[in-house]
Amino acid sequence: MTSSVESSSAQSNSHDDSQEGFRTPTNLTLMKYLQELPDAERPPNPLQQQYHTGRVPNSKAGDGKPRLLLMGQRRSGKSSISGVVFHKLPPAETLYIETTIRVKKESMHSFMDFQIWDFPGHLDYFDPAFDVDKIFDEIGALIWVIDAQDEYLDAINRLNATILNLQNSYPNINIEVFVHKVDGLSEDYKMDTFRDIIQRVQDELSDAGYENAPVSFYQTSIYDHSIFEAFSKVIQKLIPQLPTLESLLNSLCANCRIEKAYLFDVLSKIYIATDTSPTDIGSYEICSDYIDVVVDIGEIYGWERPNENGESESEIEETGGTDCESLITMERKGNNYLYLKEINKYLALVCLMGDDSPAEKKALIDYNVGVFQKALSQVFPFSNGTNATTT
Amino acid sequence: MNSGKRQKQRKVLLMGKSGAGKSSMRSIVFSNYVAKDVRRLGATIDVEHSNIKFMGNLMLNLWDCGGQDGFMENYLTHQREHVFSNVAVLIFVFDVESREFQSDLVDYSYIVQALGECSPQAKIFCLIHKMDLVTARLRLPLFEERIEFIRGSSEGFKDSVDFFATSIWDQSLYKAWTQIIYYLIPNASTIESLLQQLAEVIDARELILYERTTCLMVTHVTRGLEGQNPFTDRFERISSILKTHKQSMARHTGIPAGSANFAEMQIKTSRFMFFITRLTENTNLAASIPPSEQVFNAARVNILLARHRFAELDISNKPRAGLSHAYQRTSDDKELADIAAGYVGGKA
Ligand SMILES: Nc1nc2c(ncn2[C@@H]2O[C@H](COP(=O)(O)OP(=O)(O)OP(=O)(O)O)[C@@H](O)[C@H]2O)c(=O)[nH]1
Ligand SMILES: Nc1nc2c(ncn2[C@@H]2O[C@H](COP(=O)(O)OP(=O)(O)OP(=O)(O)O)[C@@H](O)[C@H]2O)c(=O)[nH]1
Ligand SMILES: [Mg+2]
Ligand SMILES: [Mg+2]
Repeated sequence: MTSSVESSSAQSNSHDDSQEGFRTPTNLTLMKYLQELPDAERPPNPLQQQYHTGRVPNSKAGDGKPRLLLMGQRRSGKSSISGVVFHKLPPAETLYIETTIRVKKESMHSFMDFQIWDFPGHLDYFDPAFDVDKIFDEIGALIWVIDAQDEYLDAINRLNATILNLQNSYPNINIEVFVHKVDGLSEDYKMDTFRDIIQRVQDELSDAGYENAPVSFYQTSIYDHSIFEAFSKVIQKLIPQLPTLESLLNSLCANCRIEKAYLFDVLSKIYIATDTSPTDIGSYEICSDYIDVVVDIGEIYGWERPNENGESESEIEETGGTDCESLITMERKGNNYLYLKEINKYLALVCLMGDDSPAEKKALIDYNVGVFQKALSQVFPFSNGTNATTT
Repeated sequence: MNSGKRQKQRKVLLMGKSGAGKSSMRSIVFSNYVAKDVRRLGATIDVEHSNIKFMGNLMLNLWDCGGQDGFMENYLTHQREHVFSNVAVLIFVFDVESREFQSDLVDYSYIVQALGECSPQAKIFCLIHKMDLVTARLRLPLFEERIEFIRGSSEGFKDSVDFFATSIWDQSLYKAWTQIIYYLIPNASTIESLLQQLAEVIDARELILYERTTCLMVTHVTRGLEGQNPFTDRFERISSILKTHKQSMARHTGIPAGSANFAEMQIKTSRFMFFITRLTENTNLAASIPPSEQVFNAARVNILLARHRFAELDISNKPRAGLSHAYQRTSDDKELADIAAGYVGGKA
């Protein structure tokens, strides 16, 4: 996998390109915004930056794919999470997953490439028999899964031991704690458990002299959208362009009166960025469900037809799948409600429209989304087609 | 045209052993439940009636008959006439996991007998239900085996009974119910020919007429190459997609699922264009057309113009006094007002 090469050159040009694209009367367009982005928001050293490795300073092996390590007690739900999020496994079918015997490594190929390593729960991750460096070398995030329906003190002890172990050699690892299986808990009990776990982890770490450890906590379940939301946030931390993406989305929202805009990885339904207005799981849900609708209908009617008028299908095929656009108008409001636009092979923009966004705004949306799409192709230079699949 | 305005009441019995899944499927198809909600349902006491209006004059008069032994006995004795007369369709649900298939068969044959006496013209649909609980590999052989036995107990209905393998966890439920509804619609062929004409005018590849609340397909027209579409299950699949989306919108907007309707959904790609829009009071029209803005815009206008012709086929808007009043659901007046507003000239 060598896609890092094209990233550096294209990225260093991006600002020149954007000037060229800025040729509109509106002084609120995105291109203008991109032009005015402070340099601080660009990766500090474009030439060395491997854009898809994220903020991972300890890349030694250099295959460039950030790793997501799934660790935790036995039966805490690690393999289930990997199956549901990355293999579309129906949640009910995780009941039949067998215990993991050896580390299961998988590669995901999408807008960025990353690996998921699903560990067996019963392993001692620092057993000298393991090459610790091999595990934590190229790490993007360590996801520690805790079964909230089970006794969790042992899980916390092991988590803390792991964090302390990593503290010196790999201080920049993002540690993400999934307080998992919260679907079975009452609202009150859920909150209490969540707070208790956070408290215990933080107290013990600071007792051990480790203040401000880079640990984040999430409440998750495979039976609703929460696991996808949590994964979205984990992945976002690994995308160095996040601030740029957020600014672009903020500006798009302001210009088109969009209430909430998400940039989705269509396959996994992880969102890699959203505008900086407050998110709630409800907005994520409706947008994520909407992708299902569009993808399904796209599959049903996007089948490869035999030539109709002697016209070559192959032309269409090259662009096929990257040009989808969809809009839903609600009956009660008469307004635009949901909007989806495929941005490139992997990403789609999904927007919840504000109440004051009548159908006539469509032209404005078209224009600004076009600009957004262009800006994005500079942020993610691979997206304009063929080189994305180089291996 | 006047005859087209009369409602056709069609009595449908939903029967089978207690716990077979009758009320579950009814709630999912007709009341916007999602599959995981049905665990909350209790056993049905006696008979639960519901009335559902459909496209094309059809008024479904659904009898969800509680399947506990006491009730079953009652239907076959004291209430025999009352339950089994004037039946258009009997839907009998078999739980595929039942440990007492023999006794299920005996129940079934009693009911078939009663039906043969009181409504010999009725049609029977047998659903072998909860198929999700069977390993994929064994589904088909098991289904065929059951068909064999059930047909054997179907007496006079032997040659006309239809079978479906169903589960509330996938679109098979919609497939079965689509067939049942299609059987019941009195003027399906009129609707179809009207739809065919429309499809030709707008150069559609496919038109599908969906009932709005249930998202069940009423009928469809497929033209040209679309006939080779490899997704032969697409009609029930779209039903299921639309239903799920309706629920998702309802959850998000806080509007009850029954009224969380979109005015239009459009999807444009380089291979096709697609939209779903309201056609009549009770129906939505889904259209798949070639990828051309021109065709797309013309299609929308033409559908708007064709609306009133379909509305004539739709069920009467003005309920007759008395009896039929009971069958109008409360939300209707509001919906009617919405339609009226729609006709005046686009958005109110
Ligand atoms: N209620 C509930 N159960 C879950 C959830 N996630 C996983 N499970 C269940 O937890 C059990 C164990 O899941 P696994 O994914 O095999 O656990 P694991 O962590 O991979 O276990 P090892 O491989 O032994 O380390 C399965 O029965 C899952 O169905 C969840 O979000 N909610
Ligand atoms: N696995 C599975 N379970 C189902 C399916 N359909 C229904 N069930 C379950 O079956 C149980 C009984 O369903 P009901 O719909 O209440 O049964 P019923 O036939 O109405 O029973 P009575 O009202 O007593 O006659 C429910 O707990 C459902 O969860 C299905 O397709 N698959
Ligand atoms: Mg496992
Ligand atoms: Mg019942």
